Amino acid sequence: MTRFVVNVHIVPRKGLLDPQGKAVADSLRTLGFAGVHDVHVGRHLVLDLEAADAAGAERTVREMCGRLLANPVTEDFEIAGIRPA
Amino acid sequence: MKVGVVSFPGSNCDEDALLAIVERLHESAVLLWHKDHDLQGADVVILPGGFSYGDYLRSGAIARFSPIMQEVVAHARRGGPVVGICNGFQIACEAGLLPGALLRNVSLQFRSMPVTLRVETTQTVFTHAARTGARLTMPIAHGDGRYTADAETLARLEGEGQVVFRYIDAHGEPTEAANPNGSMRNIAGVCNPGGTVVGMMPHPERALEPLLGSTDGLVLFESLLTSVKA
Repeated sequence: MTRFVVNVHIVPRKGLLDPQGKAVADSLRTLGFAGVHDVHVGRHLVLDLEAADAAGAERTVREMCGRLLANPVTEDFEIAGIRPA
Repeated sequence: MKVGVVSFPGSNCDEDALLAIVERLHESAVLLWHKDHDLQGADVVILPGGFSYGDYLRSGAIARFSPIMQEVVAHARRGGPVVGICNGFQIACEAGLLPGALLRNVSLQFRSMPVTLRVETTQTVFTHAARTGARLTMPIAHGDGRYTADAETLARLEGEGQVVFRYIDAHGEPTEAANPNGSMRNIAGVCNPGGTVVGMMPHPERALEPLLGSTDGLVLFESLLTSVKA
């Protein structure tokens, strides 16, 4: 087994109202960043875990996302990177 | 009737729910510790309001893995009545006992205020004694109350009569202005297909004394009596 560090992005599902993202976007525009179209606020998780290989680490994290880390009703997730710890 | 009220680390309406059963209905009730595996013979389980496990990750997400919740889910699967109030509603959704999820209020503000609800169905363990269309006033106190589900789930809830309560205005209409959190279809509470699991954001256990401004919560707790004894 090898230790891997897996980064996961969890974001509100597209199309769902994201009031936090909207509040941040409004604030950025107030600061003068006029080009801001949209902001979405999510979570970034960094997991340090053991797995046989990188593919196994990814499989495990996908299962974690499906069962706990992301809510399948309201959130999407993507594995943003896997590297040996 | 014996009611079990679960105490999670952070629950703060568990005593109120207990008193609702003991002092207002004169029935027996016990607090069920979240680390226990025993429902102590409860006919009905109440998942109370407050917070649970810091509500890390998402409201209710961690609480559903507590030992007592394994028993609560098994009780619900047997058709046993379960009522989730506020954080209890969030936990029931996370545990898969109810469809949908509760997201951050659209205002991003914690809302603590009285609201008026319309009873949409009496075919549930918690509204059996009420009247369809009845207007009930009781408090809300939440930051994550925006009920959300996908279009297919919403259509099913509406079609199968699983929307239990809606937020309404003074004219009895479910308007945007009457909606304190931006929930879809002004939904304040839903139930499972059998009407045996009910979840709601408002607090009926805080609407049982004239001194506190409303006694409209009583009819909901009385519904448990008729549901269990029927």
